[in-house]
Amino acid sequence: MKILGISGSLRRGSYNTGLLRAAGELVPDDVEFEIWEGLKTVPPYDHDDDTEDTPAAVAELRSAVAGADAVLIATPEYNASIPGVLKNALDWISRPVLTNPLRNKPAAVVGASTGAFGAVWAQAELRKVLSTIGARTLDLEVACRQAAERFDENGLLLDDEVRAELRRVVDELVAAIRARAEAQAAVPFAA
Amino acid sequence: MSTTETNVIAPVGTWNLDPVHSIVGFEVDYLAGTFKGTFKDVTATLTIAEDRTATLEGAADVTSVDVRNEDQNAHIQGPEFFDAESFPQLLFTAEDVKLDGEQATVNGRITIKGVTKPVALIGTVVPPIEDPWGNQRLGVTLTATVDRTEFGLDWNTPLPGGDLALANDVKIVAELQFVKSA
Repeated sequence: MKILGISGSLRRGSYNTGLLRAAGELVPDDVEFEIWEGLKTVPPYDHDDDTEDTPAAVAELRSAVAGADAVLIATPEYNASIPGVLKNALDWISRPVLTNPLRNKPAAVVGASTGAFGAVWAQAELRKVLSTIGARTLDLEVACRQAAERFDENGLLLDDEVRAELRRVVDELVAAIRARAEAQAAVPFAA
Repeated sequence: MSTTETNVIAPVGTWNLDPVHSIVGFEVDYLAGTFKGTFKDVTATLTIAEDRTATLEGAADVTSVDVRNEDQNAHIQGPEFFDAESFPQLLFTAEDVKLDGEQATVNGRITIKGVTKPVALIGTVVPPIEDPWGNQRLGVTLTATVDRTEFGLDWNTPLPGGDLALANDVKIVAELQFVKSA
């Protein structure tokens, strides 16, 4: 069982990537957690490029998502929404709609910001996008406010309340993976 | 199994759906009009017993939903709507079937997204005719309205004026043509 983490922030000292690292410490022993680090290499979505000869970074992204049982995305908030690079990657993942690797896959969203609200608008927008793509999006959020005060100089999460919220998201994501597997086992002709 | 004494205006036997000449679909108010869809792969059997009682059973393959747009077909099959991966079939069963004259009254149970609820369908009957190939054919048109949110189909989106884009009440429409098995 595997959860793929994607951070919507490219910054080296990203608090959102820090949230994912902290989440990775909370997964059960039988769950693998990997942070995908190729976001900066994904080219702008262009339908003309969305052919069998897909750009390498896109093929890698789609393969990483396809190889995971669930996706956990940490997003900052840019201008009341999600970063363009993250939306761009999701647009690549989403095609074609009926067979995209996020379809039916459990997905959850967390977020950190240096402001007072913890990227809650961006998280709401991201949940909407993921649901539209066809993911089984958990109706949960982690709003890590004033993030600069909650991480140490090495990017380690110091805040146990945020850690508890992350644990709840991770636990529910793992439960969603297991529930999906059980549902598939119960359906006679599921793909 | 409880059955109800009825006046069924068709001969005793098993009547199988002719899917090519039948339509099973839904209609729901959306934006400024009505959004309509159909299920291409449907099966149904009408069984008329010697005591003039009848049962009706049917199923529709959720992955065969057709709203005339590939991406929208995919969205409707997804977790926000029918969740075809987990619940690939819609099911219907009725043991209270009246086909009186030209009126049809069918009380049964419908299963959508794993949730089973009672449903009362009403409609019309085209009494049996003989087709050019010697088969007996019976036409039944049934409709009912269900609240999609009772079955966990909760998707919606707000309009700028504050209303919601998609209605909760969904009309189920089944235009069924049965052929009597030999």
